Amino acid sequence: MAAPATLAIVDTRCANLASVVFALERLGVQPLVTADAGELQTAERVLLPGVGTAGAAMRELERLGLPDVLRSLRQPVLGICLGMQLLTRESEESAQDGQNQRCLGVIDAVTRRMDAGGLTLPHMGWNRLDAARPSPLLAGLDGAYVYYVHGYAVPPGPATLAGTTYGGSFSAVLGQGNFFGAQFHPERSGPAGARLLRNFLELEANPC
Amino acid sequence: MTAPISNLTRRIIPCLDVKDGQVVKGVQFRDHEVVGDPVALARRYAEAGADELVFYDITASSDGRTVSKAWVSDIARVIDIPFCVAGGIRSVAQAREVLSRGADKISVNSPALERPELIEELVAEFGQQCVVVGIDSFQDEAGEYRVYQFTGDETRTQRTGWTTLAWVREAVRRGAGELVLNCMNRDGVRQGYDVAQLAAVRAICPVPLIASGGAGAAQHFTDVFRQAGVDGALAASVFHKGLLEMTDLKAELSRQGISIRPVYTADPTPKGTS
Repeated sequence: MAAPATLAIVDTRCANLASVVFALERLGVQPLVTADAGELQTAERVLLPGVGTAGAAMRELERLGLPDVLRSLRQPVLGICLGMQLLTRESEESAQDGQNQRCLGVIDAVTRRMDAGGLTLPHMGWNRLDAARPSPLLAGLDGAYVYYVHGYAVPPGPATLAGTTYGGSFSAVLGQGNFFGAQFHPERSGPAGARLLRNFLELEANPC
Repeated sequence: MTAPISNLTRRIIPCLDVKDGQVVKGVQFRDHEVVGDPVALARRYAEAGADELVFYDITASSDGRTVSKAWVSDIARVIDIPFCVAGGIRSVAQAREVLSRGADKISVNSPALERPELIEELVAEFGQQCVVVGIDSFQDEAGEYRVYQFTGDETRTQRTGWTTLAWVREAVRRGAGELVLNCMNRDGVRQGYDVAQLAAVRAICPVPLIASGGAGAAQHFTDVFRQAGVDGALAASVFHKGLLEMTDLKAELSRQGISIRPVYTADPTPKGTS
């Protein structure tokens, strides 16, 4: 069997997979893109990208038999954009019959439709990130501008490590235990995004 | 009532017109001259502080062929800011090819005019956030703004039945996540954006709106952000010809009180934490 991957990216076949791989390659890391439960469980770190809708993404994870595998991971896990929202308990996106879309539930928060007080949606562009709690994931990033594209967001809460303001406040970075998430796209956020990925790669790994 | 608080910055977007794999620029869409290699230019603009890039394959729609999109991966590998690819995307499959190569958004123009359902198909498949509708608008003698198509080839350029405002409403209704309004009367002549037209579109456009056509000086950017309220400003020749440096432009916009992402040359926060 091959040596465990330094970093595994969950192969959700979403559209921004290539950009995420390229961003890590620019940092000198060759990620393993996989949907294999064993490879994900043994990787030092796991990244969950996501573009699309919460419902479609959860269906894809279920088709791959991955929700429980992801829930049980003990190493650092980073969700990006929709990938971050999938880490929350549930999402108002893809809600059916008044029931929110159930998500992975490893971060105790709920993803809601953004209320930007009348500002243009989706929230698209470069916005400032403000640290809410100290975290090694945020080293060098307080006040940095990062690139967002989203219409759903996680309201500020106990798991919020950093926030951003657009109409109201929402979570820019989440963290609970070994699970982390970035609402923005680090792979497309210039030097600031590269710094977040580097911080994630340097988080202390505690494999099971 | 006070305006909602936002730290979202206005985007400066260099546009690279690609023809046969080279970046070109014409005057009012004609007489294209080669200005350089797409990957090298992309890297230069990203490092200089561009907020986003648009690559517009100007040959693709007008001569009916689909051009190889291998260059999209080359760009995605090198740059770390978002970019959009436009030109010749007329199906979900073609859009998927471009997005899977690492583009963040796709922009449709003539194919959406021929078959407006394309907008809905793309939105259903990839989400509203990555579907941009480009509109080429020309103000006629009577002062009416009208939509043109096949503008990449002057021999095939033709007026459509749409007024610009009607097509804006239609594109938004069908789910477009962003609009790029190219004001053809101003394209390439560097006399300033068409602020009046952009303000008219802004008033009816609830999604992000990008101004295109006419940038020639920093003041033009200030004017279009202040007076037309656009989310981003796209420009080509003013950057390609080196008439305006990105760092100078951003510094000037900041001085004018326009919310702009600062240009980082190294680490995002030079002082402070490790």
